[in-house]
Amino acid sequence: MESMSTSGDELRDLYRELILDHARNPRHFGRLENPSHQAEGINPLCGDKLKIYLDIDSKNTITDACFEGSGCAISVASASLLVETIINFNTGQVAKYFSAIIASLTNTEKQAGIDLGKLKALEGVKEFPTRVKCATLAWHTLNAAIKKQHRTVTTE
Amino acid sequence: MKLADSNENMPDSNRILHHLSDFPALNQKINGHQLVYLDSAASSQPPSCVIDAIAEYERNDHANVHRGVHTLSHRATEVYENSRDKVVSFINAKSRNEIVFTRGTTESINLIAQSFSRSSLKKGDKIIITHLEHHSNIVPWQLVCEQTGAKLEIAAIDETGEVNSQALINMLDDKVKLLAISHVSNALGTINPIEKWISVARDRHIPTLIDGAQAVPHMSVDVQELDCDFYAFSGHKMLGPTGIGILYGKEEHLDKMPPWQGGGDMILEVRFSGTTYNELPYKFEAGTPNISGAVGLGAAISYLQDIGMDRIKTHEKEILAYMTAELKKIDGLRLIGTAKKKASVQSFLLDDIHPHDIGTILDNQGIAIRTGHHCAMPVMEYFNISGTARASLGLYNNKTDIDRLIESIGIAKKIFN
Ligand SMILES: Cc1ncc(COP(=O)(O)O)c(C=O)c1O
Repeated sequence: MESMSTSGDELRDLYRELILDHARNPRHFGRLENPSHQAEGINPLCGDKLKIYLDIDSKNTITDACFEGSGCAISVASASLLVETIINFNTGQVAKYFSAIIASLTNTEKQAGIDLGKLKALEGVKEFPTRVKCATLAWHTLNAAIKKQHRTVTTE
Repeated sequence: MKLADSNENMPDSNRILHHLSDFPALNQKINGHQLVYLDSAASSQPPSCVIDAIAEYERNDHANVHRGVHTLSHRATEVYENSRDKVVSFINAKSRNEIVFTRGTTESINLIAQSFSRSSLKKGDKIIITHLEHHSNIVPWQLVCEQTGAKLEIAAIDETGEVNSQALINMLDDKVKLLAISHVSNALGTINPIEKWISVARDRHIPTLIDGAQAVPHMSVDVQELDCDFYAFSGHKMLGPTGIGILYGKEEHLDKMPPWQGGGDMILEVRFSGTTYNELPYKFEAGTPNISGAVGLGAAISYLQDIGMDRIKTHEKEILAYMTAELKKIDGLRLIGTAKKKASVQSFLLDDIHPHDIGTILDNQGIAIRTGHHCAMPVMEYFNISGTARASLGLYNNKTDIDRLIESIGIAKKIFN
């Protein structure tokens, strides 16, 4: 595409196939019957809205998770990838991933010892500072759910 | 002379109303592409003369106003009051007593709510607004209704984004103490038939407040001809700086209204046994005002008047028609806001792409538009959407800008195909 110069490559990097796929067909989309944990997050700038539902057992393992809501491609894909990733994690692992993903979305530093796998697909937002919040919303919401914070999380 | 002479024989749409160098910010590359600024409804770009006037004031004349016998204070007072006179002529007010400097439209409306309305509203009274309003013409009324027990009622809109005019007129009964309406909608661009509404309201002795934030930059406004009671607008949407705006009010009202903020400048004499207030318009300008903002606004008015509001209106109307026609040709694009009479703004949705994603892709191509709810959440709720992409025009836009917009929307479509 001619008008997509070097800067166009950043766009392709942001909207990778995996991201578009998860945005179009979010995985684990819906609610849990009686979740042990849940939280809501909103990004007032774009109106992204997410609810995350978790079942966490007595050994702090996330046995099931779901999300629902609406938002831009980045926020929906991020939530979908997140839920897919964290099922069967324990909350300690989530905390490690949380730091690693925030670091990977905001700077180039590699977090030692953690392979983010599919979540690396979100790295394209680094070049789009106004969109980092879209990608991190699901993670902040997840954190709030685990900590049983009942106030709605906002990215502002 | 603002018209580039060589453009004199071009069709209106391609004729530029300014010299490129008049708007330094427009002359830059964003992400490797020449900037196309299509977000003037959020804030317009200032011409050099505005920037220079502010710098000149800060370099040479900076002082406090109305407070010193020294030369700088005298000069500061002069440039500040000179800007007030420019506003008087710009909207054809009867007198400078009717022009109050505020921080912007939002503060102007809050001033009316807290001074004019709060002091007189009773339980059972009503304030009427439309479904089209910006949050700044909704929330101040919700607050004052909570404070007084009055009721806020909303005139409905239809799917084109027009207010049901007859229904609004039918709502204007003897319980209505204010009709507060936008001149032009910021989310949809609808130009409301305020002339008719004001005239009916006048017959029924109902005062009117017009939110003119999106009208004043795009058409000539004559408050005496409109015969509204109050008119509010912002400097930063009409080529001026942020932090300065205007409340026009008929003197008979401003005279009777209690001050809403207390402090320096708004007083005649302060005694612990009681204070007397300054005359108009100073009664409503407590504290050191935004002097450089007023200076910048004055320069913006001169610039607009040099070109002529009617020429600006004709030019923008043509570009808007072109933009709307070109957008319509795009497969999967849905226009939001299709009123018969519109100014400056076109909101749209593209396939099922979230507006925020469109905004990012366009920005990457150097095109600045606004995405989201545009501080008009009730409008979004009416259309059952979370937001729109909105392209809005200023006098500096031309057809080439629109071509760039359309091309970039094509790129967004390709990415999301
Ligand atoms: C129609 C309308 N009214 C009011 C406002 C508020 O203006 P300001 O933020 O300058 O006070 C705006 C600006 O966004 C507007 O478009």
